[in-house]
Amino acid sequence: MSEPINTSRRRTVIAATAVPGALTGAAIVAPFVATLAPSERAKAAGAPVEVDLSNLKPGEKKTVEWRGKVVWILKRTAEQIAALEKIPASQLSDAESKKSIQPDYVNAKTRSISPDLVVMQGVCTHLGCSPTEKATPGELGNDWPGGFYCACHGSKFDMAGRVFTGSPAPTNLVIPPHKIDGMKLVIGIGQDGKEA
Amino acid sequence: MAGTPSNHPSMFKNPVLNWVNDRFPLTALIKTSATDYYAPKNFNFWYYFGSLALLVLVLQIVTGIFLTMNYKPDAAYAFGSVEYIMRDVDYGWLIRYMHSTGASMFFVVVYLHMCRGLMYGSYRQPRELTWIFGMLIYLCLMAEAFFGYLLPWGQMSFWGAQVIVNIFSAIPFIGPELAVWIRGDYSIGDATLNRFFAFHVIALPLVLLGLVAAHLIALHETGSNNPDGVEINKGPKGNRWSKDAPADGIPFHPYYTVKDIFGVVVFLMIFTAIVFFLPEMGGYFLEYNNFVPADPLKTPAHIAPVWYFTPYYSILRAVPPMFGSQFPGVIGMGLSVMIFFALPWLDRGAVKSIRYRGNLYKAFFAMFIVCFIVLGYLGVKPTSVWGQFGDWAKFLDTRDIATWGARLLTIGYFAFFFLMPWYTKADKTKPEPARVTMH
Repeated sequence: MSEPINTSRRRTVIAATAVPGALTGAAIVAPFVATLAPSERAKAAGAPVEVDLSNLKPGEKKTVEWRGKVVWILKRTAEQIAALEKIPASQLSDAESKKSIQPDYVNAKTRSISPDLVVMQGVCTHLGCSPTEKATPGELGNDWPGGFYCACHGSKFDMAGRVFTGSPAPTNLVIPPHKIDGMKLVIGIGQDGKEA
Repeated sequence: MAGTPSNHPSMFKNPVLNWVNDRFPLTALIKTSATDYYAPKNFNFWYYFGSLALLVLVLQIVTGIFLTMNYKPDAAYAFGSVEYIMRDVDYGWLIRYMHSTGASMFFVVVYLHMCRGLMYGSYRQPRELTWIFGMLIYLCLMAEAFFGYLLPWGQMSFWGAQVIVNIFSAIPFIGPELAVWIRGDYSIGDATLNRFFAFHVIALPLVLLGLVAAHLIALHETGSNNPDGVEINKGPKGNRWSKDAPADGIPFHPYYTVKDIFGVVVFLMIFTAIVFFLPEMGGYFLEYNNFVPADPLKTPAHIAPVWYFTPYYSILRAVPPMFGSQFPGVIGMGLSVMIFFALPWLDRGAVKSIRYRGNLYKAFFAMFIVCFIVLGYLGVKPTSVWGQFGDWAKFLDTRDIATWGARLLTIGYFAFFFLMPWYTKADKTKPEPARVTMH
């Protein structure tokens, strides 16, 4: 004579094993997921970068790598600074850099600490290609004021990295935290002393 | 099949075969999946591509195993190790060109195989799961191609991966962290290369093999569709091999194995001609920029994905940013791939095969094929390829004619799917025959 099946006890026992089992499963998955995050070595490689500015002449651009990303250091000429002001705000997606990433201590329009020297990531905010310098006015059509062109998907930026309307890139080029100390530029530590 | 006397375990004179059959259903497996598996007798040209896909899968696995013996998944050595395979390893060039040509040919074969499914309604009831497993194989294949493309560590490898991984960072809120997690670093680097290698050579091939098995098991459960789209299992019974088998079916082996071997011979003639004479295929199978080592500081002047991704890439480019975010383009691209999963439920047609569909369906189908091909063409070209609109178009967000063309084609692409419930029902279909037309 077998006992009748006690279904409620059976359900309790199934729940009592299945729930801890699922939790254990999740706990086992967690370290596997964690191994895919940047390692301690990769994190340590994100240290600030120092650049000597003494040999950078107006109109020249220097390219350095910070956290594996292209960073441009651009000394704009007086004409380029003047040309920036002539671009009507209606042609720019974010003329005042309200939606774009940039530290508080840079000017919203020139996007720099001093009017001439701009430090920005040469990484298109669309899908991460590095735009090409098209600094000569008229290089991309008669009304081109000089700037950068991303060959991947056709985004256009001015000499302050502000994106023109009609570009697939949603925001201006990112200004990384940086500080200028005489002829020395540090990328990764802000003028306000904050580290990235 | 249980109960048939011919299937009795100890039926053979060969004692080894009997010994095996007592322990493993070898003969029974061969019978149920080949010699007693009846496929419609009216298969045509389009039915070569399933077996060819299997052939290319085997080729990719074998050549891939041999490539890993000399390849180094390390950012400092990867590019050099591929050149080493090409120049210093005996016949290394052959193995590598077979693998790179195989990747493109895999997509050629799979696209034709999917086109067959569309034309003859193979995705429809009762073969929905076969279609879904097939779509999962297709997704897996796309991931496999993407991961594999990073491994030579050339300029296109690097910047292609950069763009695709950044697609994930467009996802609101979690995007940027997700992209870092995928890369294992703040930019594409050694960690990324190493994990993509792991996915490419072990994780995805295992998944792929499992899915192929599921695809075939599901297919053998329902039996194959055919160019007439009528069910042979519902037709008359009895053929020269069995009185219970469908009258319009023939044993898969030897009839279709022999047919498929013929297809394999023709395919290999084309395949080897490409491997020996056109391995780069004018920059479409192997892109020229990829002969330059990866340089994280310099994007090539024109980057485009390999041809098999370009229809979707065109859709990504065509959708304008909305609300200051490029996420809509990403959604458009994702949806353009995923929408295929819904096909079995979007199609309300009275018939399966294009042979008995009306002009309305045929017009939509033709439009879809044109959209797919032209979007693919635009995807390999810069957006300036068709020139620009004149000054009158100042109010538009872009004057590139090709971008507007791609937008139109994207609408056409989605119209094929979203309007399908309507036009398949409104379509004036012809009556389906009771049996396949070649009986």
